[in-house]
Amino acid sequence: MLNDHIHLSYEIVSEDFARAGEAASDVKRVLKKMNVKPDIVRKVAIALYEGEINMVIHSLGGTIDVYIMPNEIQMKLEDIGPGIEDIDKAMEEGYSTASETIRNMGFGAGMGLPNMKRYVDDLDIKSGLGQGTRITMRVIL
Amino acid sequence: MTIQDIKDYLEAELVYGEEFLSREVHNACGCDMMSDVLAFVKDQSVLITGLCNPHVIRTAEMMDIICVVFVRGKTPTEEMIEMAKEREIALLTSNHRMFTACGILYQKGLGGGDLC
Ligand SMILES: Nc1ncnc2c1ncn2[C@@H]1O[C@H](COP(=O)(O)OP(=O)(O)OP(=O)(O)O)[C@@H](O)[C@H]1O
Ligand SMILES: [Mg+2]
Repeated sequence: MLNDHIHLSYEIVSEDFARAGEAASDVKRVLKKMNVKPDIVRKVAIALYEGEINMVIHSLGGTIDVYIMPNEIQMKLEDIGPGIEDIDKAMEEGYSTASETIRNMGFGAGMGLPNMKRYVDDLDIKSGLGQGTRITMRVIL
Repeated sequence: MTIQDIKDYLEAELVYGEEFLSREVHNACGCDMMSDVLAFVKDQSVLITGLCNPHVIRTAEMMDIICVVFVRGKTPTEEMIEMAKEREIALLTSNHRMFTACGILYQKGLGGGDLC
């Protein structure tokens, strides 16, 4: 990683709905303060928010690392499981394993991963059942 | 259309955002599922929703939404109002149902953006 980058790091706790979204919110604040273009800030915020919410809902917890570099923003989301069995299926619009309780909170449309793909320039997902999920997203500045 | 107009058309009550009433709204999104909202990116939009929890305010924040209208008379909590203040998002509550609220605003000329 380059020397002139900013690194932000967040711990994501499973099922901590009260704090879900705070990482994305903080990154948004930082980017705004750095005068990054509003449409870029919004793309990053939305993609990160979707990823963060997924970690809260579907994973056992993990970390988010954001690297702000001169030419791009990189987001690395890493959780400790239970993993995604079929990534292609998970990427389909409308596919969701969210429970009724989660749906009543306004999540579970099965649009999170498709939205992430929509808003970033590069999305890479590494996962498998019984493993953690590692997602890398890049937004070019 | 301004936030004040939306308040009038929907016979809504202003919960927060007196100072934002003259802001122009260009688009609207009516939705209860937050990821459906997050699929819709437009400048200066209003979110009409029957969902009433802090994630609505967070979603609005990520989207740069300037006003949230809660339908069916749902009233945001103190926590939600505080969040909206920090983010400068106006909050309205209307006794109309979702379909009617959207219909009224559409009839008054507010659009929902292009086809998906
Ligand atoms: N970090 C993760 N760990 C385990 N499973 C995941 C993870 N992220 C996503 N998934 C799986 O992929 C599915 C699709 O995810 P996606 O974000 O598209 O939809 P959703 O979270 O179910 O609903 P929405 O995002 O619309 O609220 C999830 O229902 C879940 O089964
Ligand atoms: Mg999701």
